[in-house]
Amino acid sequence: MLKINDLVVSYGKVEALKGISLEVEEGKIVTLIGANGAGKSTTLKSIVGLAKPQSGTITYNGKNLLLEDTKNMVRSGITLVPEGRRVFPNLTVLENLKIGAYCRKDAKAIKDDLEWVYSLFPKLKDRSWQQAGTLSGGEQQMLAVGRALMSRPKLLMMDEPSLGLAPLIVKELFNIIKEIHKQGMTILLIEQNAFAALKIADIAYVLETGNITLKGTGQELLTNEEVKKAYLGESTHA
Amino acid sequence: MKRRNIILTSISILLLLVFIFVADSSFDAYKVRILNLCAIYTVLGLSMNLINGFTGLFSLGHAGFMAVGAYTTALLTMSAATKQQNFFLAPILPPLDRLNAPFLVALLVGGLLSAFVALLIGAPVLRLKGDYLAIATLGFSEIIRIVFTNTQRITNGALGLKAIPSTTNLWWSYGAAAFTVVIMALLISSSYGKAFKAIREDEIAAESMGINLFKHKVLSFVIGAFFAGVGGGLLGSLMGTIDPQMFKFAFTFNILLIIVLGGMGSITGTVIAAFIISSAGELLRFLDQSINLGFVVIPGISGLRMVVFSALLMVVVLFFRNGLMGTNEFSWDKVIGLLQRRPLIKRRLGQ
Ligand SMILES: Nc1ncnc2c1ncn2[C@@H]1O[C@H](COP(=O)(O)OP(=O)(O)O)[C@@H](O)[C@H]1O
Ligand SMILES: [Mg+2]
Repeated sequence: MLKINDLVVSYGKVEALKGISLEVEEGKIVTLIGANGAGKSTTLKSIVGLAKPQSGTITYNGKNLLLEDTKNMVRSGITLVPEGRRVFPNLTVLENLKIGAYCRKDAKAIKDDLEWVYSLFPKLKDRSWQQAGTLSGGEQQMLAVGRALMSRPKLLMMDEPSLGLAPLIVKELFNIIKEIHKQGMTILLIEQNAFAALKIADIAYVLETGNITLKGTGQELLTNEEVKKAYLGESTHA
Repeated sequence: MKRRNIILTSISILLLLVFIFVADSSFDAYKVRILNLCAIYTVLGLSMNLINGFTGLFSLGHAGFMAVGAYTTALLTMSAATKQQNFFLAPILPPLDRLNAPFLVALLVGGLLSAFVALLIGAPVLRLKGDYLAIATLGFSEIIRIVFTNTQRITNGALGLKAIPSTTNLWWSYGAAAFTVVIMALLISSSYGKAFKAIREDEIAAESMGINLFKHKVLSFVIGAFFAGVGGGLLGSLMGTIDPQMFKFAFTFNILLIIVLGGMGSITGTVIAAFIISSAGELLRFLDQSINLGFVVIPGISGLRMVVFSALLMVVVLFFRNGLMGTNEFSWDKVIGLLQRRPLIKRRLGQ
């Protein structure tokens, strides 16, 4: 579905990605894990056109994505849940969700999807008239995901959805991600929280300072010694 | 809409019409002028709030747009003879001397020209991220003033235009205000309005949702400029004279004051604030005169009015960070909810 080949991105003199290749197959959850500053966000930004690569290719169903404008991504089926949630703080929960469906014209299907999002995140329904900025961090992240779902993406990409959330909330959120995936959505998940991400991932990549150093199934990487040492700690989350 | 709300709205419109009729036929010229200013400031405030409040663009060029509208409307409505009297230093450039149009057409042309100028400035600047718009529009507004001061044969330069036909009356100004309110309300609740607000809140998130930033910014800017031009045209006709000095930055600042006071992103707030700002200066005028309390006479201090006015503004800004209305709008349901809350408390206390 999505193929990245030998992608190089630099900000001025800083080379953030030094030629990475990865693939997201339709119907899978693929995760990209790595420490702070490894280049995870840069990867996502390049896909949606917010960062301009020096070289390499990104194709989506055979189409060259580098030629597409950011604003057209949603129409071609790729929606990004940006890093740090970025909900619209002074708008209500309902308004946020409706803006998620901005590019769609099918009023009936939008209404159905609103119910679908509410069934995934019942809390959002209770708070549909509340200003998004007054939600808790966890609720805002749920809203950011819900808003992205309202665009009915074929490929949903999330940038560190667990950032700054309590472990219990992270668990809740990842259960919902699993549920969304079960209903047939392809997901590219970027995470520092390696344990949570690897547990639900079909395929996982490890990114270290601009290079992909490991690739495997989620299970393989969970038991990989290097990954354990570098990203899982020894005793955590046991 | 509920039936009750439709009835209440109809009654209010009727009351407003009766009020305008009474005011138009029996109020003295001074009061009518203030009422006119209230309505025109509503148009100007709403036009700026669309750009700055709803779309979150920081534009400081409003005086420039008003000037374009005011001069266009004036030149299109003045008779050939009046123009000849005005342009005694240098004759007016043909075919402006015999160009003439009905007031409504003149207002619309003024608005369209202002919108066109906005497109010329907006198109290059709004592509850039960040607040280049503030600098560009501020510069534009000053340039317009300087150009208008020097195009002697088009604008009559520093002398300005005098004896502009005073067509603006309460029907025109309140008609324009009502029209602007309705258009803004429709626009804000449409999908364009949603996009404007999303852009104001977070550009990156808005773009991630597939919103075309550039297109919507330009649209908001141009529509805002259109109404600023119309407001300028109404104002020129009300005043009877215009000159480049009128359209200094202080004028933009006054409009900015209205939208900050009312609430950036509230139509209701802008209307309320437009009325407060344009009438407060006059209502407080008694402060400048001596006050007789019966047992003691306080001598009048001229200028006290402005001191009190500024102090009141400071209080509002301090205690209502988001202006009087924030981003809230008026609705009958809310008003009735408020009215019903009181008796409820009383009932509880009575038990
Ligand atoms: N806008 C930017 N300008 C300059 N350097 C940047 C910018 N964004 C990211 N970087 C640098 O690129 C590298 C990768 O950043 P990023 O992709 O955000 O990492 P991650 O998301 O994995 O934490 C870092 O060294 C970071 O400092
Ligand atoms: Mg990041």
